[in-house]
Amino acid sequence: MTELQAGQGAQPLKVPRIDARPQRYRDLLVAVAAFAVLALLPMVFGSKQLLDFVIRCAAYGLFATSLNLLVGYTGLISFGHGMFFGLGAYGFGLMMQKTGVPIPVAFVATLAMTFVVAAVIGAICVRLKEIYFAFVTLAFQMLIHSTILSWQSLTGGDQGLRGGIPRPSFLGIDLSNHLHLYITSCALLVIGLFLMRQIAQSPFGYTLRMIRDNATRASFIGIDVWRAKLTIFVLAALFAATGGIIMALFVSGAYPEFAYWTISGEGIFINMLGGVTTFLGPMVGTVLLLILNDTVTRLTEYHGIVLGIVILFFAIGLRKGLMDFVVEWFAQRRGQGRG
Amino acid sequence: MDLDALASCLTSPACLVTQTTSGLIIGMLLFLVAVGLTLIFGVLKVVNFSHGAFYMFGAYFAMTAYQLTGSFALAILSGAVGTALLGLIFERAFMSRVYGRDVLMQLLVCYAFVLIFDDVVRMIWGPEFRSMGMPAAFQVPPLFIAGGVVPPYYLLLIGVALVAAVVLGLGLARSRIGKVIRAAAHNPGMVSALGINTGLIYGGVFALGGMLAGLAGALAAPVRSLTPGMGFSVLIESFIVTVIGGMGSILGALIGALLIGLIRSFGSLGFPLFTEGLMYLFMVIVLVSRPTGLFGKEVA
Repeated sequence: MTELQAGQGAQPLKVPRIDARPQRYRDLLVAVAAFAVLALLPMVFGSKQLLDFVIRCAAYGLFATSLNLLVGYTGLISFGHGMFFGLGAYGFGLMMQKTGVPIPVAFVATLAMTFVVAAVIGAICVRLKEIYFAFVTLAFQMLIHSTILSWQSLTGGDQGLRGGIPRPSFLGIDLSNHLHLYITSCALLVIGLFLMRQIAQSPFGYTLRMIRDNATRASFIGIDVWRAKLTIFVLAALFAATGGIIMALFVSGAYPEFAYWTISGEGIFINMLGGVTTFLGPMVGTVLLLILNDTVTRLTEYHGIVLGIVILFFAIGLRKGLMDFVVEWFAQRRGQGRG
Repeated sequence: MDLDALASCLTSPACLVTQTTSGLIIGMLLFLVAVGLTLIFGVLKVVNFSHGAFYMFGAYFAMTAYQLTGSFALAILSGAVGTALLGLIFERAFMSRVYGRDVLMQLLVCYAFVLIFDDVVRMIWGPEFRSMGMPAAFQVPPLFIAGGVVPPYYLLLIGVALVAAVVLGLGLARSRIGKVIRAAAHNPGMVSALGINTGLIYGGVFALGGMLAGLAGALAAPVRSLTPGMGFSVLIESFIVTVIGGMGSILGALIGALLIGLIRSFGSLGFPLFTEGLMYLFMVIVLVSRPTGLFGKEVA
């Protein structure tokens, strides 16, 4: 998509192609290594708490990283990204409870449903700019939340999907077994991150950065901005729904809070905490926020104050996320060494 | 869904009066909160995500003042003045640091204060539901208009909100300060070059916005229960109002607030569980057909 169309009579512009191939092999290597480390973790530390923590990191990490495809890469500040997290959890949970199809079928069907919903909502939302985009996504999120609350016969209303989600085994994988669930979550996380990394590094990913930096210019050189924004909106929704599915499997249910606006708020906060300019920033943010949440709730009942002060430290003090800060610090040091 | 209830209400004058007044008071309270929000957005170009907290503080300040002094007028006054001061401090100490920066940063500072303010209220007034109670002067039998029940306090509430709307509208349109504020919204650089302290205007507008939200909270205190998270639903509703009306438009805020009030009041009859959903649906419909709201100007 970055190949520019030369106008009639004009010389074709020579644009250096971004060669993503060497990066792809490196990324694949990193992904395999990361999965190996995660898979070996239970053998070194047997604690169930640690495994639970990693599963939650997988669910929120996929969600937050996919949100960063919108916020950090495209400049679309979505306040309703959590609706796809909730849709994933409810879609998958309902499918398993009501139809009894095998898990992989329900997984694919949930993603297909998310695809359709995201395409419709996205087609409406991405026309709007900045703050209006933020609010209309928020409105859609709350609309879905209200629907979940009021459609009691299907969703159980404010009680959520109760009674557990059946998890029949498939291909020798038994997701009611904690270790199997752990390995599957890790695999989904690593595969999801790898795919998102490829999207971000592809020519399409660079198109998104251009739209973020100057949408007018992008449309002048022949990029269909609306279509590019819609594409990334839908793709990000699919990864967020995958996070929701992991969450539904983990808690064996789905609750209205999964589709409430606070999930989106937390997602934005995670991105802020970790940093939006590096690909792994949101992952770092997820780990930080979960640790912060777990420790602060244990220490004090006023964890809002503590969280708030931490946010202020990042927003007013550092003025950037942790990974952004670290990366810049290293770059500065390297620059000083040379000079 | 209970469409029969809605239909039978629409044909009964008594029910119409009752539902319309309750829709009007919801709308008027929302207007006071939303107009502050829209004013702050119009002049400072920031979306004050912590605006609901000022509504909450207004209610708690009023309750405390009423319990200490027993005077309802003092309660309303302390709700309004207290939140104005709070708004001024908040703006000068924190918000002024993120002007002109990333929208994300501004939202995060506000988000941080939503969390902090809720916990501060929890610390001072406790986590449980509190209530101020109806002031003695208004503990009188309700009026009956066409068979519909209208508590006198509702009339006071609507009256105060209307007066505030008129004073604000005229003040911005006619007075010198109003003109300076509008000029600062339009071109802060020029206003500053003319020797007017824009920081003062920004602080003042933020304080005014906070005061209006606090006034709404104080007025709502006798008829609503008070809880630490109470600002949030009001915030979301007033966002809907400002977005429907058009960000930065005072008339838009008034029309939007009344529409949302009536949708809530009548919607609760026909769609008891989906009342909130109706508002979001309405907002989506408005934004899809008019992306900048009913009275919003196209932003270049």
